[in-house]
Amino acid sequence: MGLLALFRRSPPSAHVAKERLRIIVQQERNARGGGPDYLPLLRRELLEVIRKYVNVDPAAVQINVEREDGQEVLEFSVALPEKAR
Amino acid sequence: MTEIIVVTSGKGGVGKTTTSASLACGLARRGKKVAVIDFDIGLRNLDLIMGCERRVVYDFVNVIQGECTLRQALIKDKRLDTLYVLAASQTRDKEALSSEGVRRVFDELTADGFDFIVADSPAGIEKGAHLAMYFADRAVVVVNPEVSSVRDSDRILGLLSSKTLRAEQNNGQVKEHLLLTRYSPKRVATGEMMSVGDVKEILGLDVVGVVPESADVLAASNAGIPVILNEDSDVSRAYEDAVARLLGETVPLRFVDEPKRGFFARMFGG
Ligand SMILES: Nc1ncnc2c1ncn2[C@@H]1O[C@H](COP(=O)(O)OP(=O)(O)OP(=O)(O)O)[C@@H](O)[C@H]1O
Ligand SMILES: [Mg+2]
Repeated sequence: MGLLALFRRSPPSAHVAKERLRIIVQQERNARGGGPDYLPLLRRELLEVIRKYVNVDPAAVQINVEREDGQEVLEFSVALPEKAR
Repeated sequence: MTEIIVVTSGKGGVGKTTTSASLACGLARRGKKVAVIDFDIGLRNLDLIMGCERRVVYDFVNVIQGECTLRQALIKDKRLDTLYVLAASQTRDKEALSSEGVRRVFDELTADGFDFIVADSPAGIEKGAHLAMYFADRAVVVVNPEVSSVRDSDRILGLLSSKTLRAEQNNGQVKEHLLLTRYSPKRVATGEMMSVGDVKEILGLDVVGVVPESADVLAASNAGIPVILNEDSDVSRAYEDAVARLLGETVPLRFVDEPKRGFFARMFGG
């Protein structure tokens, strides 16, 4: 690490890796029994419905089952593209 | 009681065999009677890492097919009295293993008073990997701090909780441990590599060991001496700590932070 490196922010690629893994691992856990088995299909159908109105990317649709105090919560989020708003 | 520990990962080449050899040696060095078994049928390597490749006469498949006794196939380690190696077959395919056969071998080792059976799993999620984990009481999941390794290890966690004897019989969980290896504290400090905390958080596992990236591992495999036996190496100390944790001791993590360097070293150092 030289003098310049003290002032330059290093590329936070580890941070990106962690975020990507957090999402994909959660999704794959749901798909294999962490959640109900209709989740993948539900996700696909929701995506089709949403796409009738806005052209979103498949990655923008997140669907999860979270367990909170013994309750199961179906969590669902769609990130809208910049221009569509 | 015999404890069966599978060393597994999903992804290939992450350090399972290196880890199996060192954990087995470490346990034996503490007086435990240990058998370390190569489940990588057709691609045997454990014998080389253990340095006993020229003493293999019979292998795991020979025992399972009744072509020799278990006693004939177990290779007694020259360095540690209570350590035995069971080599994989080099010539057959993985179909030669059967769960019935594996169970018989494990039962015989149990009757023989072994404290630990360490199963070195092949990569992947097919038959060999499945059989290596099927009878396990514990799993050491070997992970590199890298996206594909972490993702694959999570699939292995899925199999451990559904496709094992314990899972099928509802006989408690296979106890899962994370062993993070090829870790570079320096690259973690610069944000180029995920930290042990990151991986632990994603997988939700307790950490049994963090092993640094080091040239000592290659040197050890060249020599056929498990790296834990190289007392001068940080890798050896890291595996020694992992063995202690497997035996229930509480040991603080080492080799996870970059060695502290002075201000001038940071200003002008390379
Ligand atoms: N801590 C480490 N530092 C540097 N190199 C390492 C480390 N651990 C393992 N390696 C190297 O990584 C390579 C793969 O190691 P190893 O054979 O133990 O992996 P494996 O998971 O058993 O592979 P396979 O899936 O093919 O069975 C070897 O060349 C080994 O020397
Ligand atoms: Mg191997």
